[in-house]
Order: sequence, then structure tokens, then C-alpha cells
Amino acid sequence: MQFFAWCMIAAGFGMAIGSFGTGLGQGLAVKSAVEGVARNPGASGKIMTIMLIGLAMIESLAIYVFVVAMIILFANPFTAQVMQLAAAGR
Amino acid sequence: MIHPFLFLKSLAEQLHIGEHVLYTWLVMLLLIIVACMVKSSIKTIPSGLQNFFEPIVASIEGMVEENMGPHGKAYFPLIAAIAFFILTSNLIALIPGFYPPTANLNTNAAIALTVFAMTHIIGVKEHGLAYFKHFCGPVIWLAPLIVPIEIIGHLARPLSLTLRLFGNMYGHEIVLMIFFTLVPFLVPLPMMLMGVMVAFIQTFVFMLLAMIYIAGALEEAH
Repeated sequence: MQFFAWCMIAAGFGMAIGSFGTGLGQGLAVKSAVEGVARNPGASGKIMTIMLIGLAMIESLAIYVFVVAMIILFANPFTAQVMQLAAAGR
Repeated sequence: MIHPFLFLKSLAEQLHIGEHVLYTWLVMLLLIIVACMVKSSIKTIPSGLQNFFEPIVASIEGMVEENMGPHGKAYFPLIAAIAFFILTSNLIALIPGFYPPTANLNTNAAIALTVFAMTHIIGVKEHGLAYFKHFCGPVIWLAPLIVPIEIIGHLARPLSLTLRLFGNMYGHEIVLMIFFTLVPFLVPLPMMLMGVMVAFIQTFVFMLLAMIYIAGALEEAH
């Protein structure tokens, strides 16, 4: 039964670490975009487009972590085995 | 763990197909009906529905021409179809009773694999069998190092396209369901606003990546 506790811990911590890196990365992207617009307000359309594309790319890393967390929690491939072992051990 | 209330659920259970297939058909029907409505009323001075779609189609065509060059204009229908389908699928997520087909892994995998297959088919069509020299890198004696890297990179593309769109849409659905369970009164509204933004951004990113991959197959070798 400790298996499920570790699953919860893994999903929670995984998501936290994934969001940490993504937050830093996206912050750097927005920083450069805002500096670029401040230097050259006429290019703000192009800069915003490129910034949004970059943000979506960086966000996808957090989303991969989210998908792994969902798989651990809801589509865990080892749950049946663990339940069998727990029932057999009892 | 899907939407608890879907208005086509009984039809999906009767036909023994998944909800995502049924809602894909619904989105297709919607797009075809709107397209026929626009087609039947095309005038030189646009008005109404044609007025709404002209700037959208013109901007997609501009992006296709900018990213894929003059050879790439022939692939505009593919890119525009992908863009409209994903946009409509993402936006119906916000209407209660509808399930976005892009929140299911299978729909996204289908679109991503289509783009992957088209990349290589277009590459072979443009360059013949010399297309596979693209994988060997700039210098021929580096090929044993570069070919595995290129293969992994190419296989990672449909995977990342699928997972990015799936994660965004499915994650949004999960967050909305949790908010509705906790505080259904006004708290889900900011998340739904973010859902609109995410729908447009993910459509744009998918379309742009598809254009970049196909343009990469169309261009000359290094």
C-alpha cells in the first residue's frame, strides 16, 4: 500500500519541479520580449508573435510533466500487479 | 474522467464509438455547413460571413507563403484545414455539454501523424530519393553520428505535437472539473477565459510547427 503513497508524492513533486523550470524559462522569454518592445515599440506585433510561440514551446515541457503525473495517478500500469501482490500477501 | 454531462452521450453509447469520434464528426459537420454557407454567397464586395472569413484565410495564406516559400503554396489547404479543425475543436470545450475531440490523445495523434507522413512524402516528392541525404548532415563522414540524432529528432516531432495539444486541452478540462467540484459559482470563469486564450495559441502553434516541418522538407539541403 505504500506504492500508492509514493505515487502521490511522485506526481506532486514532479509537477512542482516541472513548473519551477518552466516558470523561470518563460520569465526570461517575456523579459527579453518586453525589453525588445521598449527599445522599438513599432515592432511590437512581430515581437509578440515570436514571444507567444516561444512561450507555447516552453510551456509544453511543463505539459509533458503533467501528462506523466496524470499517467502515474490515473493510468498507472502497475496498479493491477500491486493489488495482486497485496491480496496474495494478506 | 471525462465531462460528466455530454449531450451526445446516448448516441455514442448506441453506436459503440468513443465520444471523441462522435464529436469529431460534429465538428466536421459544423465546418462543412459553414463552408457551404460561405461558398454559396461569394460576392465581389464581401458582406456577412464572407467578410468574417476573408481576413482569416488571407492571414493563413500569408503565413504559409512566408514560412514555406513559393513551393509551399500548394499545401495551404492542409494547413488551413488543420488550423480550422483544431480551433473549432478547442473552442467547443467551453460550451457545456460538448466534449473537445482534441482533449483525447487519439485525435491529436491522428493529426500529428498526418503532418509527419506529409513531411516525408513531400520531401520525397520534391527531391526524389536524394531527400534522404538530408539526414546525413553537412559532411558525409559525420553521417553515423548525425543519422541517429536526426531520426530521434524526427520521431520526437509528432510526439511533441500530440502531447502539447493533448496536455493543454486535457489539463484545462481537469482544472475546470476540479473548480466545478470545489466552487461552481464564479470561480471557473477566469479559467474559461484562459481556455479561450489557450485554444487560439495552441492552434497557432500547431499550425506554425506543421508549416515549419513541411518547409524543412521542402528546402534545399545544407
